[in-house]
Amino acid sequence: MIGLPHYLIISAALFSLGIMAVLTRKNAVNVLMGIELILNSANINLVAFSRFSSANLDGQLYAVFVIVIAAAEAAVGLAIVLSMYRLLKSVSLDKADMLKG
Amino acid sequence: MNPQILQDLHAFYPEIAITVTLLAVIVADLAFATLRRTATFLIAGLGLIAAFVYTLPLFTLPQGTLFYGMVAIDPMAVFFKGFLILTSFFILLAAPNSREIAREHIGEFYTLLLGVTLGMLLLASAANMLMLFLALEMVSLTSYIMVGFLSHERQSNEASVKYFLFGAVSTGSMLYGITLLFGLTGTLKIAEVRDALVQGAGSGNNGVMLLVATVLILAGFGFKTAAVPFHFWCPDVYTGAPTPVTAFLSVAPKAAGFAALIRFFYTGMSSSQGTDVWGPLAAVNWTFIVILISVVTMTLGNIAALRQDNLKRMLAYSSIAHAGYIFMGTVVLNGQGLQSVLVYLVTYLFMNLGAFLIVIEIFNRIGSFDLQDYRGFWHRSPFLTIAMSLFMLSLMGIPPFAGFFGKLYVFGAAVNHNLVWYAVVGALNSVVAVYYYARVIKTMIIDGEPEEAIAAGRVRVSWANSALVWVMLIPTAGLMLFWDRVQQLTTSSMKLFFG
Repeated sequence: MIGLPHYLIISAALFSLGIMAVLTRKNAVNVLMGIELILNSANINLVAFSRFSSANLDGQLYAVFVIVIAAAEAAVGLAIVLSMYRLLKSVSLDKADMLKG
Repeated sequence: MNPQILQDLHAFYPEIAITVTLLAVIVADLAFATLRRTATFLIAGLGLIAAFVYTLPLFTLPQGTLFYGMVAIDPMAVFFKGFLILTSFFILLAAPNSREIAREHIGEFYTLLLGVTLGMLLLASAANMLMLFLALEMVSLTSYIMVGFLSHERQSNEASVKYFLFGAVSTGSMLYGITLLFGLTGTLKIAEVRDALVQGAGSGNNGVMLLVATVLILAGFGFKTAAVPFHFWCPDVYTGAPTPVTAFLSVAPKAAGFAALIRFFYTGMSSSQGTDVWGPLAAVNWTFIVILISVVTMTLGNIAALRQDNLKRMLAYSSIAHAGYIFMGTVVLNGQGLQSVLVYLVTYLFMNLGAFLIVIEIFNRIGSFDLQDYRGFWHRSPFLTIAMSLFMLSLMGIPPFAGFFGKLYVFGAAVNHNLVWYAVVGALNSVVAVYYYARVIKTMIIDGEPEEAIAAGRVRVSWANSALVWVMLIPTAGLMLFWDRVQQLTTSSMKLFFG
């Protein structure tokens, strides 16, 4: 029988993979994919908690909002990365090294 | 429509005014060909004034929540709404005078500014974790675009890439923490979270999960307030962003972040112990974590600021340090602490915006943010030099300037709460800070050859800019003259809706 712990383990694994992708990848688009993983791991949590341990639909409602936010975030993120590509002819984060100190 | 919602709309006029203004600015930007700079500026300005006027009567409303517990309405929220609208208004006035922004399509800048303002008003009054997250994302997403506003400049673009990546990860982590908290307590309303935690939702084996959730949620707040260890974006973003945006980010979203943090931790993770006295819940000792963050934040901010030669970068680290001081007022958990946060933010608004205004004005003339290029400015513009010196003295916390009173209240709150060591750390930090602020004054007045400076030419300040500088200068230098007003305002504003 699949229960709440299974969902939580999957979501924790997705969250960790997302954080790992953000920390290790040099390509800005890969980092964006890591961010999507983080947001979707939270979605799994929300829906699972809503289904198994809550009396109302708050969690599933929240998940719908998160999907919309994730889309908006991807749009803004891709626009910024696109403009980075126009300026640097690259999406490698190593190239973004003008500001430091 | 549901009569409850219709009734609540009356307390929502500031947000509605800003939404309408935002749409009107977009339309005016498209409709007018020649007059659109003036038209968009006037519409945005009038809209913000209208929103401010609509905010004032909200002070007298009974405390409560709107829209089925989504948004809280209490003196604290109203204070922050007024504060944030005022800050946006000052930035609106400063932006057309900045050479960086004025070259661009400025109507879009006003639209973005209004968008962030709307998000911040919601963030400062969010009483539900769904609203908290949505408002936080609205502020963040719009400010990513504002930072990258100079789309053909590498620095601005790089700043926005870094801001976006840090922001997305921080808010994503915060969202994950919120889902864990939702799982533990079964509710999204912040006040109900507290009730569930008091009844033992986070006890026993769930303690670890509650701690993880708290730390992850703090990541989101830490990002918005630029607290260590979530501050890495701050110096780079502040340096790369157009200066009016930097000035805006250093005050408004930070204040909104503190408002949301206070509301979340006071109503969600503290229990009331009498009038204006709270205590942290037994289940999670968040004050300890916040004290730790605060001490590290102010120390790192001040020490890193010591070796900065770029003025924007120095002010970035200085704003990190100031966030550390403000945290001191939040952990005290009583009315005095809340009041000290409000006092500090009011003083910080004027002195920090003032310093950035001077930076904008000097950049307009000499095209540099490097402290070396400020040498001998005394001979080129005594007005700007004196104004900058006063802002620096105020940021140091030298009496009788405004910054001194902010620090006095914050340290006083810590001492009264038997956290003397904490206040001592803060005081030692302000001593360190004197060095880098004084360095600016010394560079502008003493350094450099007078002949060289005079040969470079005097700097004339336009009347619009000098008027705006005066608006910042008068409260910075003379806040003590009407101190009873500030006292009265902050005392009546520190009330938080707790149910």
